[in-house]
Amino acid sequence: MVDIQGLVNELVSKLRRRKVEGSRATARLTAELLRSVISQSKLPTTNQPAALIDAVRDVGEKLIAANPIELAVGNIVRRVLHIIREEDHSNARDAVEGFRLSVGGDNDYIVEQDHLNLSAAAQSSLCRPSLHALLERSPDSATTYFTATSEDDSEEKSKSLDQNAKSLKFRRKVISAVNDLIEDINTCHLVIAELAVEHIHHNKVILTFGRSRTVKEFLCAAKEKKRSFGVFVAEGAPKYQGHLLAKELTARGLQTTVITDSAVFAMISRVHMVIVGVHAVMANGGVIGPVGLHMVALAARKHAVPFVVVNGTHKLCPLYPNNPGVSLNEMRSPSEVLSFEQFSDCMDYRIVTGAPQLLVVNPAFDYVPPELVSLFITDIGGYCPSYMYRLIADYYSSDDVVIQQKPAS
Amino acid sequence: MGAQKKGATRVSEDPDELARVPLQAILLADSFTTKFRPITLDRPKVLLPLVNVPMINYTLAWLESAGVEEVIVFCCAHSKQVINYLENSEWFSHPNFSVTTIESHNSISAGDALRLIYERNVIQGDFVLISGDTVSNMSLTQVLKEHKERKKKDSNAIMTMIIKRSKSSPIIQQSRLGTDELFMAIDPNTKQLLYYEDKADYSKGAICLDKLLLIDNPSISLHNDKQDCYIDICSLEVLSLFTDNFDYQHLRRHFVKGLLVDDIMGYKVFTHEIHSNYAARIDNFRSYDSISKDIIQRWTYPFVPDVKFFGNSATKLERQGMYRASDIVQSRSAEIGSFTVIGNGTRIGNNTKISNSVVGGGCTIGSNVSIEGSYIWDNVNIEDGCKLMHSIVCDGVVIKSGAVLEPGVVLSFKVIIGQQFVVPSYSKVSLFQQPTKQDSDEELEYADNSSGIVENSSMADTVDKSNGQLTSELLDEECGPTYELGPGGVGYIWSICEGSHEEEWRHSIAPIPADKLAEAMQNTDDDLELLTQDGSVLPPSGELKPDSNYSDDNEDPRDDSIYFEKEVEATFLRAVHENIKEDHVILEVNSLRLSYNKLFTDCAGAIFYSLMKLALEIPHSSPSELCNSTMDVITKWKKLLKSYLTDIDEQIEVIQKFEEICLESAKEFSPLFSKILFHLYDKDLIQEDAILKWDDEKKNADEADKIFVKQSEKFIQWLREAPEEDDGEEDEEE
Repeated sequence: MVDIQGLVNELVSKLRRRKVEGSRATARLTAELLRSVISQSKLPTTNQPAALIDAVRDVGEKLIAANPIELAVGNIVRRVLHIIREEDHSNARDAVEGFRLSVGGDNDYIVEQDHLNLSAAAQSSLCRPSLHALLERSPDSATTYFTATSEDDSEEKSKSLDQNAKSLKFRRKVISAVNDLIEDINTCHLVIAELAVEHIHHNKVILTFGRSRTVKEFLCAAKEKKRSFGVFVAEGAPKYQGHLLAKELTARGLQTTVITDSAVFAMISRVHMVIVGVHAVMANGGVIGPVGLHMVALAARKHAVPFVVVNGTHKLCPLYPNNPGVSLNEMRSPSEVLSFEQFSDCMDYRIVTGAPQLLVVNPAFDYVPPELVSLFITDIGGYCPSYMYRLIADYYSSDDVVIQQKPAS
Repeated sequence: MGAQKKGATRVSEDPDELARVPLQAILLADSFTTKFRPITLDRPKVLLPLVNVPMINYTLAWLESAGVEEVIVFCCAHSKQVINYLENSEWFSHPNFSVTTIESHNSISAGDALRLIYERNVIQGDFVLISGDTVSNMSLTQVLKEHKERKKKDSNAIMTMIIKRSKSSPIIQQSRLGTDELFMAIDPNTKQLLYYEDKADYSKGAICLDKLLLIDNPSISLHNDKQDCYIDICSLEVLSLFTDNFDYQHLRRHFVKGLLVDDIMGYKVFTHEIHSNYAARIDNFRSYDSISKDIIQRWTYPFVPDVKFFGNSATKLERQGMYRASDIVQSRSAEIGSFTVIGNGTRIGNNTKISNSVVGGGCTIGSNVSIEGSYIWDNVNIEDGCKLMHSIVCDGVVIKSGAVLEPGVVLSFKVIIGQQFVVPSYSKVSLFQQPTKQDSDEELEYADNSSGIVENSSMADTVDKSNGQLTSELLDEECGPTYELGPGGVGYIWSICEGSHEEEWRHSIAPIPADKLAEAMQNTDDDLELLTQDGSVLPPSGELKPDSNYSDDNEDPRDDSIYFEKEVEATFLRAVHENIKEDHVILEVNSLRLSYNKLFTDCAGAIFYSLMKLALEIPHSSPSELCNSTMDVITKWKKLLKSYLTDIDEQIEVIQKFEEICLESAKEFSPLFSKILFHLYDKDLIQEDAILKWDDEKKNADEADKIFVKQSEKFIQWLREAPEEDDGEEDEEE
């Protein structure tokens, strides 16, 4: 038995101290943590889904507060909450179906079909609990079947009888769905990469900015399909992650050119397509990406170059950038920009006024408005910015958009 | 779990080290100095809030994030408070990061602390030695690796010091952190530390390096632009060394210097320079101020106010470096300027202006208050119309309406400043009365010893202080011991002890006054010129580092001899006043000579000096009277002097000493030089050989040095002729 509170504290402290960074890592860790929360939290016998939602929400609130800039944490918490709600609904639907079955009688093959679908879904996730669920499902469904035939009093009886079985089943369903989610997070870049051939053609020049695993896989996938194209990599000051990306791309045999961020506008006329990875996609279709991305997007717009964002669905955030409590940016250490030792004489606060004369502002992110984005390529296909709200409605329930019940203290 | 895994992989990179030793750290929760008094009378330094978070949290959070798994917190002053704080904090319940405390009540230095820790036997391997007032965000992985590799190659490499390049001009270091000039010699290839001098005197433009250093090492790079971060990676031997050398107190002044000087054991200290990361230690109020500002400017990221790295309340960063906690009641007309932190639950009234300041939680600030560059801790009540400039205001202080805090003021806990009272600059106010010197001596022997030296030297310095200097001092003097803080005020103003005036402006949080800065600039410029012209020219008035003029440029020999002379003089005076027999005086002086490790020549010089001083004190109206009284004194104490003037060298020393006296301390003697010299000769105290030799030595000297030779020209002439006659006579006799 793992101490859930300990795990939660550990992730909270990691997030707080900025030891985990990047939306993928945080998303995966959050999902894994929530999975163990779901599997190990003690639930009351009645109204299980609500209790589970509360438990997840509590943990989620802590995680979000730990590092509000990692929007992926909130996204995953909301996704998990949505999964619980969905399972709850489908349970209710099952009950209704069962009831209808008892009335109709003849179309029981539909129910069979439904169960088959469910078990198939359980099978598809390669985790152990789902296998158990599969084995235990048949008696369970049988009971529902029988209890459904008898009237209300039998339902009460069933409650006492198969409460355990039911709760286990519910939990397993949720867990298997969360496992799917984790699997999605882990493999989304591969799924996205499969779409590469449709977008990258021969003799094209692609510009990318900073470093993104998804972009890397995307480009490499096109290369593997024998497409020959050139890549410009803008270095992405002050972290210079572009240098790393360039290294990785050349290692995979891509023709790569590194340019400075300031050269983007000069080079953009030669570029056929801008492909970038982002930190988060907001509900209005705007994106939050590494600092400097807005400039690249504007340059692309000026020369009518398509600006394509590749992102996994875990980056999809149901919040709007103007929502209160959404902190879009983080100010990082000035030492990334200039060296303390060389500028320490300018940093001197003592002389004359007591106020520093040289200030350094080092924001980590940029917000790119939806008008500048041409296309989102996600693991569920390509969408235009105006369609984002629709995707969000698919993945999140509106009740969960605001996680924090009370204002942050 | 993740952290542990990481730690495991990191340590087990080392294939030889199969038994995994968790990385440990010793955190000294006491600085063993008095720089933060009077605040530290109430609360230990490590618990003082730094941008609204107790300092120790910065250190612990950094240790935790750097992969340290076990921290031993050594508590000394206010140990109960530190332990209580830690027990109630999250640190004790942190997974994979254990914090244990060691309590001591009789340790007075870092050396004592380490000896005690060694006795407890809690350290198993390499450890990080850090003081609880250090702020850093550096990564330890690299330096630990280097340290381990070096240790494997050379078992004498027992310590790695973290240093940082920090400044391009000498003024910056002082104006930033208020610390002394640090001078290091490092082998550029191996990064071995060869020389460490933290009181190096820049203004002198010269530094004494052992010749051996240059002979032994093919290349040496000399640095005066490094900052010592006071973060050390130590091997276990360090602790046992402290135990072996029971007189090691200070980590740098004794231990590091001791290691560097000691070539028998051959232990080596290495340095590791960090570049992009931040590390600094809060040593005094000025560095408290600078580091607070660095934190607000996010150099210490991720340990910044809006990241909840530990125990700080949710704070939001707004435009222009303004941090505000969530529930602040702020009047619309209040102006909160840039680089300001406002704590939780603080209320700010109308038309109040706050800039470049930190305000803690639960404070009430009235209307029309102006706060600039100040640090206001928790639950402070500032009434209407107050004016605060560059001051530190501790918890629970009440500043009544209209009061003014001038730059550099420190108000300790729960002080009440009365209406309309103006607290003069650099004053420290506490509910406690200032302890007398003896008190603090007992408590902090070491710290006070060192400051004693500083005082002496700067007193000597006052002689050549400029007028501007004196007036500013007079201003300070006025604020002396007042026990009144305006109507309704509670607390005592601590008087600033004599010699530390100079320290005051260097160490306080107030900006450096423009005139001092100009002087400092001027000095460095002068020095640069001097350096180019002539390395041996003595420093100018040295306002920049007055405390170091005397004690530093020749710290060891000169300090000792000053003391020695004083002791001899005291002994002699006692003999004069109490009629002690000459034999006994000789005995005492001899024992002094042994204890100070001096030569007979030094004794002779010192005794002669005391004689002359005694003679000078006898009231006299004309030079001839002085001459007579001097001769009387010399005649009276002839025997004493004689017993030290057996050798020609000693006699020459006396003559030279006499010259020195005439030139420096008692110019009254200068016209009488030849007369007294003759008298000395007459009384058989100084032989003619000595005088002649002295004359010979002086032949090649500067004209300036020759005045006394010239004065006694006739006498010497006579001497030169006399022996010839004697010889002649003898010859004739033979």
